Amino acid sequence: MRQWKIIAKEAMARASIITKFLCVLHVTNSYVLSSNHVLGPSMLPTLSVTGDVVLVEHISHRLGKLGSGDLVLVRSPLDPKKSLTKRIVAMEGDKVTFSLDPSRSHSSRSLVVPKGHVWIQGDNLYVSRDSRQFGPLPYGLIEGKVFMRVWPPSSFGFFGQ
Amino acid sequence: MFFLIELYAFLKLVNPSWFHFSLTFVFIGNVEMGTPSVLWNIAKKCFTVGVITLTVSDLFASIVQVRGTSMCPTFNPKTNSLLDSLSEDRVLVEKLCLRNYKLAHGDVVVFSSPNNHKEKHVKRIVGLPGDWVRTIYDVVHVPEGHCWVEGDNSASSLDSRSFGPVPLGLVKGRITHILWPPHRVGSVDRKSPQNRVCAS
Repeated sequence: MRQWKIIAKEAMARASIITKFLCVLHVTNSYVLSSNHVLGPSMLPTLSVTGDVVLVEHISHRLGKLGSGDLVLVRSPLDPKKSLTKRIVAMEGDKVTFSLDPSRSHSSRSLVVPKGHVWIQGDNLYVSRDSRQFGPLPYGLIEGKVFMRVWPPSSFGFFGQ
Repeated sequence: MFFLIELYAFLKLVNPSWFHFSLTFVFIGNVEMGTPSVLWNIAKKCFTVGVITLTVSDLFASIVQVRGTSMCPTFNPKTNSLLDSLSEDRVLVEKLCLRNYKLAHGDVVVFSSPNNHKEKHVKRIVGLPGDWVRTIYDVVHVPEGHCWVEGDNSASSLDSRSFGPVPLGLVKGRITHILWPPHRVGSVDRKSPQNRVCAS
């Protein structure tokens, strides 16, 4: 009988350590720093097609310190279960000029980004689906700022402007 | 000590009254000030409680205060322009629906406003992706990944009729129960609107 009590106590202690660890992990991933595997051709040449592992910080967007030219991780407005990595081209109130389909025509359109929204575009304008297709992105969908690449090791380092 | 104050300020920015409540609880239980090791123990306990509360309120459920009369009579039915803090409804917001975004017509949801990410609104889902919603002048198509929300009190509600369909990524939780005031404690039911939606 006593043995079961000892085992149960030890199990509870181990379980509480694991729970605390998982909670700290969740808080760090959501509010401080997390890593992300990004792939796809829409951000060539900045990010590779086959997949890079990048570090994303979740502090700047809460403090309002994002600006145009920043690489951000956003929740897709077309599918809430997917995340996209794109670059902010214009903040709210800025005028943005863009061409819908650069491979076909030279025509371009302009608009002013409404309040509370940002305009994001992929670096590879030919194959990227971004604000040119789904419109300005609400600021609340931004999840974090991509600031560093950690894999592959040959391109380890911070992202410049 | 500085670290504690900074952490407190940061967490306050990020998570509201639920966190304050649990933190005061821990503090009251550890009132003797004095030697550094006691302070360090208090700090460790506060940090642990804070982190666990934050995780629970992000992943499972949290309690939120509903302000305004746009969801009359479901919440705040007394249309008193001087709604003081004690008489406003407190509701339970569950976050488990955010795993797969399994939302249904008639669910009351909390979402960040598309025009100001710092504000949160409480409205009812009238249209899901792909639906056609009938407004007074028009029939609107709800694009994929978005939903159409409206307040129960159509006369004084700023909702999708003004700012358009809301991306589902902005939805922060679904309201399931009212927890305060005591005479209206109970579950919040799904109310599907009649004749407003033609599903695709």
